[in-house]
Amino acid sequence: MTRSIWVSLAMLILVAVSAPLIGSTHIDLGRAFAGVSPDSEILFYARLPRVLLALLAGAALAVTGVLFQCLLRDPLAEPYTLGVSSGASVGAVLAICFGIRATGLASLAGAAGVLLIVLGIAWEGRRLSSFTLLLTGVTMNSMSFAVIMFLHNLATFSQSFAISRWLMGGLDAIEYSTLGWLAAAVLPVCAVVIVFARQWNLMAVGEEWAASRGIATTRLMTIGYIAGSVLTGLVTALTGPIGFVGLIVPHALRLRLGADHRVLLPCSFLLGAAFLCVCDTMSRTVIAPTEIPVGVITALCGGPFFIWLLRSKRRSVWL
Amino acid sequence: MSFRADRLGFAYGLEDATFQLPAAGLIAVVGPNGAGKSTLVSIMAGLREPYRGSCQYAGKEVRQWPRREFARRVAFLPQFLRLEFPFTSEQVVFMGRTPYAAGWFESPADREAVERAIVTADIAAFRSRDFRSLSGGERQRVILASSLAQEPETLLLDEPTTFLDLKHQLSMYKLLSELARKGIAVIAVTHDLNLALQYSDRTLVLDRGRLVADGVTREVLTPDLIHTVFGVRAQLHTGSTGNAWMQYDA
Repeated sequence: MTRSIWVSLAMLILVAVSAPLIGSTHIDLGRAFAGVSPDSEILFYARLPRVLLALLAGAALAVTGVLFQCLLRDPLAEPYTLGVSSGASVGAVLAICFGIRATGLASLAGAAGVLLIVLGIAWEGRRLSSFTLLLTGVTMNSMSFAVIMFLHNLATFSQSFAISRWLMGGLDAIEYSTLGWLAAAVLPVCAVVIVFARQWNLMAVGEEWAASRGIATTRLMTIGYIAGSVLTGLVTALTGPIGFVGLIVPHALRLRLGADHRVLLPCSFLLGAAFLCVCDTMSRTVIAPTEIPVGVITALCGGPFFIWLLRSKRRSVWL
Repeated sequence: MSFRADRLGFAYGLEDATFQLPAAGLIAVVGPNGAGKSTLVSIMAGLREPYRGSCQYAGKEVRQWPRREFARRVAFLPQFLRLEFPFTSEQVVFMGRTPYAAGWFESPADREAVERAIVTADIAAFRSRDFRSLSGGERQRVILASSLAQEPETLLLDEPTTFLDLKHQLSMYKLLSELARKGIAVIAVTHDLNLALQYSDRTLVLDRGRLVADGVTREVLTPDLIHTVFGVRAQLHTGSTGNAWMQYDA
């Protein structure tokens, strides 16, 4: 059990160390660390923050994917199923249309709005029903996209371009202070999710199953929904919607490691980070200086890999 | 005494029931569809509020019990389990240890209880297989093992053999009656009156939310009662070994 976690950690370290060194411009490490321009700027202000953002976003999305699949007992669930990210998109699109600069804050507000609405509707008396949660989330998704289409339809040409770019999702070099805030939120929330791993195992089987084995299911579901939504909302506000990470990483790992959340969650955290970082490195290097949206890479590279995993009967030895 | 129900309402807008159950033995709960059997059992398991009245376990209202403490005393077996994710049988059995969990990892006591449950339910042969790849009979045994890992004093079962073939129905009830003899109270909802006649010590008969009969199985399940409650004519026969069995007229 712990072996898989160590292997995942080693893979993450390998990716995290090598990704900043890879790019369209060659940099000299000695010059970069000596603070010589432009090597130093490229390494510390262009690549490193972007790599760190990719790591945090990938980890958060993969953990949320595992969590929502478990809570909804739906293998097709992903971080975007419960509507929070489309709320974030509405916020961002509104900001673009009304010329507000703080797109990130606006999308955070949109995410928080949807979180509260879904929670308010899904609370039935004193319990939280996963069925209502799912339907409310899916409805919020549809309504959000209707609002986005409406706004997009009214937008000017340049706004329209900005909206399309935002909806494609993507990673950018961001300020270290923003990264610090993101890490300060993402890491503890992921830790809380991982701490409850043993309880998620029972929730993944069923609510009655968990309740009759001594688990306070409503409290646990509420914690899970809020934790996953906070992770998704924060990440989406900074990167836009990046598809596939929250779906494919959990499934690929479940195929290899089984369903025990005590292994699945830590490994998803580590390898989700590594996966998005690899994809983003490809997105900025493959046809440099033009970038490919990272969502294109996650789906086009991750998809075939996943199908290969599904079809290969032989269990791997490396994890 | 295990359960004590006092003017307990277990069906919407219908009457109530008062009964007391012993702390050991196999107790069958029978009745036609819609009689409120499953509802009664889920109220006893603490999964539902009673419509009215009281349902106590060991002198304390079921809903007042701290959930973990209750789960160490009473285990509930669902009719079936549908898994979406690749848990192994052994992992499903380990879930029964949740009420005792002190941390992230299983304790040696957890592992011992799981081994005992695996032996009792005889599932060692497929302990590391994906639960979803098992047959219906194997699945029910895994679920039973998981409940035994809770080391309960009372087992509540909601139609445990509905999806099982004849042989597995019999072996399940044989196992349950052995557990009952070892001092566990086994309370099982069943549709099969012959299984009740053969294995249970006591039978509760429910009809439209009422408790219509309660007593020693062979005294309770009379052709008259079967006719009143199920609307079916039945004859009671005694087999060569002295066991009673029911024959129905179409």
